[in-house]
Amino acid sequence: MKRLFLLSLFMLAAATTYAGGYRVSLQGQRGLAMGHTGVAVVNNAELAFFNPAGLVFLENKINASVGVSAVFSDVVWQNDEFGQMARTDSPVGTPFYAYFSYKLNEKLSLGLAAYTPYGSTVEWEKDWPGSHLVNDIELAAIYVQALASYKITDNLAVGGGPIYVSGSVNFNRNLNRTLSDLEGNRSNVTIDASNVSAFGWSAGVMWSPVDSLRVGVNYRSEILVEAEDGDADFENVPNSPLAPFSDTQFDATLPLPAELSVGVSYQLNEKWLFAFDYNRTFWDVYNSLDVDFANQPTERDSFNPRAYEDSNNYRFGVQYTANETFTLRAGYYFDGSPVQDGYFAPETPRNDSNNFTGGLSINVTDNVAIDAAFLYSRFKEIYATYSPDPSEFPDYEGAPFGGTYKSSAFVPGLGVTIKI
Amino acid sequence: MKNYFKYMAILALGIVSCEPELENSIEDGDFYTRGEADFSNYVALGNSLTSGYADGALYLSGQQNSFPSILAEKFSAVQETGEFIQPLVNDNAGGLLLGGNQITQNRFVLAVGANGPSPARYTGAQPTTEVSNKFAGPVNNMGVPGAKSYHLLAENYGSVAGVAAGTANPYFARFSSSESATVLQDALAQEPTFFTLWIGNNDVLSYATSGGSGEYQLNNFDPRTYGENDITDPTVFAMLYRQMAEALAQNADGVLVNIPNVASVPYFTTVPFAPLNPADEDFGPQIPTLNATFAPLNQAFAFLGVPERSVNFATDAASPVLIKDESLTDISTQLTEVLIGGGIDPATATLYGMQYGQSRQATAEDLLVLTSAGVIGSVNQQRVQELIGLGLDQQTAGQLSVNGVTYPMEDQFVLTDSEQGFVESATTAYNIAISQIAETNGLGYVDANALLNQLDNGGISFDGGSVNSDFVTGGAFSLDGVHLTPRGYAIIANAIIDEINATYGSNVPKANVGSYGTVTLSQDVQ
Repeated sequence: MKRLFLLSLFMLAAATTYAGGYRVSLQGQRGLAMGHTGVAVVNNAELAFFNPAGLVFLENKINASVGVSAVFSDVVWQNDEFGQMARTDSPVGTPFYAYFSYKLNEKLSLGLAAYTPYGSTVEWEKDWPGSHLVNDIELAAIYVQALASYKITDNLAVGGGPIYVSGSVNFNRNLNRTLSDLEGNRSNVTIDASNVSAFGWSAGVMWSPVDSLRVGVNYRSEILVEAEDGDADFENVPNSPLAPFSDTQFDATLPLPAELSVGVSYQLNEKWLFAFDYNRTFWDVYNSLDVDFANQPTERDSFNPRAYEDSNNYRFGVQYTANETFTLRAGYYFDGSPVQDGYFAPETPRNDSNNFTGGLSINVTDNVAIDAAFLYSRFKEIYATYSPDPSEFPDYEGAPFGGTYKSSAFVPGLGVTIKI
Repeated sequence: MKNYFKYMAILALGIVSCEPELENSIEDGDFYTRGEADFSNYVALGNSLTSGYADGALYLSGQQNSFPSILAEKFSAVQETGEFIQPLVNDNAGGLLLGGNQITQNRFVLAVGANGPSPARYTGAQPTTEVSNKFAGPVNNMGVPGAKSYHLLAENYGSVAGVAAGTANPYFARFSSSESATVLQDALAQEPTFFTLWIGNNDVLSYATSGGSGEYQLNNFDPRTYGENDITDPTVFAMLYRQMAEALAQNADGVLVNIPNVASVPYFTTVPFAPLNPADEDFGPQIPTLNATFAPLNQAFAFLGVPERSVNFATDAASPVLIKDESLTDISTQLTEVLIGGGIDPATATLYGMQYGQSRQATAEDLLVLTSAGVIGSVNQQRVQELIGLGLDQQTAGQLSVNGVTYPMEDQFVLTDSEQGFVESATTAYNIAISQIAETNGLGYVDANALLNQLDNGGISFDGGSVNSDFVTGGAFSLDGVHLTPRGYAIIANAIIDEINATYGSNVPKANVGSYGTVTLSQDVQ
């Protein structure tokens, strides 16, 4: 069992993570199928992510859950004033999770978790009209967490543990809208940093006032991924002291914001379970992505204003246990965007979305179940601009950029749940 | 169970192929409307401004940003169009070869030297575009650098053999359909459905850039007798222009673009008429000696009734350069006599008489051409040798040969007030003709003259800033001071699109001016 867990972790660690923004809510097929609820649901080892307090409520001694999703997501942009259109050609993302818990005694469970709650891969056509903001970007963060879950009373438990994060970023954009070398090739910069370590924690509480009702609260801390001495690679810079850019190192900080989840679940009868979760993601921390180049004075560093604000998600899920073999699930959630008017950057082209989920579990044996889920994200078509307020971001010098955007995402996923 | 997974896989693949679609996509055929115009086969006729010429040369990225290329790209968003073929050169160095010998210069780039950034010829690569290696046509962009109005109708203008002889144009020779074909014939043979015609600039420009060294051929109706730097007679211009526009308009819609006043371009507006600064280390200390030298001359000018020709250099303000004005009466003989009468030795008096017989200090009305910047205040070595030949010692010869200070700036460096008068009068006449021809043929008419005046008076703003006519820094003009940058050409393209949309009821999208570049930086210069 442990070998399986480690093997999966090893295999999946190399895979890229992705989503249409950079918070990726795909941390369990059972939870996802129910609108990605779970802070107050005791179902399987997915609790390691949703609310580690609940691990001790799992019936079996050993619980494991692994899974992976395939994210198919793209964005189309157009500006009808200038007759321009562009589409992303982003690769299929494969966020994964692997959870394991072991019940030491009736009071205490220990666990281990690996998951990818943040990540993004967006690839626009090279030199597209918004290339001064982004050509392509790939963010990835793998969370690895040790967990303990302690039952205080029969209906109250707490849990949590430290998180280790390994993050990476690769971001390419053109230096501005026009600068090019003598041959007309656009000047651009790629910043690349990988294996950037950072630490954080999560903790939760779960309480059952009555047998059929559970209430849960979970908090995951903010983690600042501070890239130091990453590689900045300048390409196609004209040979001139008027364009003093050369390959160098950079420092930058990418915040992985804190998230608070509060939820309830209600077991109507043996067949029906309902769940509601509320998430608040503290995006306010992401004010600007500032890239400090080692060999440049401050005024030539790269400032990328974001001005995100805290965002809210509302999640609803229902589970129907059809028989001993099949369990069906469905859900809906509203995903509020942290992006504000005037800061819609094509590097995370994310507006509010309505999300529809569904899935099922099949108990293959008493110990093994296969979990399947899908997510369809529906984004409205919007006209949006990126034109940072100069009074807020005096260092930003880029030209405004806008257009009509439409995103789509479809995410099928598969997982395995084991309980022994 | 198996079936479930199969359906799931099919569903997944189905959605994957389902990319996000906009409700009003510009890729829907009816988003833009072409109105009464048909852009399916667009042919552009004109001179360097149509070809995408910039920075003193025709080079690849300049051609790719020519205004016809920008227009063709926007037309292709409106309707199905044929490929817009341009006679692209081989490289970004600029410069043409004929039989392996370079016949036109490389482009300018902006290089930082000891005195800061200034334009210099790019030397990082040799030109590779051989004129005799014909570009297989037909080409949609028939802009021919150097062409005047009558050249578009001239047989043998595209003869490779004629290039060496100086009777043909190397740019047209590269893509002409035959040795004898005219530009207009080659254009009509393509049966264009839409055209732009911007011709006539060189009919005044070469006179102006040569400092008015040619003639205004008023009432000479035979262009074959014109010199390279002459101004075309407006009657001939109107007749030939009408002939071309009517031939093109027979089966096509189009837009005519008028002729900007040359005085609005940086080639004529950059060098000030009074650049001689008393704070200059070389010039300042010389002022008392210079004024003492010119004192007897000034007395003679006063005596001869032409006190306006006096020469004075101020010690507290910048002084105008000394120029030769061919429109002034030549008073060399009288001047010499008066100077001798004033007690100056006959040899010196004769020399002064010759040197200052048609000279005066420049006024705000005179335009010094861009190339004079590197000449003013320097010693004219050719003149030094002439004077030594006349028996002067090296030192005196040198003192009398300082360009614009003791030696009047030669005609080719100054477009005087009266020379500008010829240029203006011809330009005005051309533009009246173009406007009338547009009117009678139901064609669009773009007032490029007004547009360039606007660039010269306040500039034109776009989403990320503004452009104006300031040399190097203004953003509209390339480093030759006459031709436009990609950003400048985008402004022209937008003016043409506005006119098309107004004239033909179409709805062609515009060019995003801010995403077109300006001058190119490089240190690969000598």
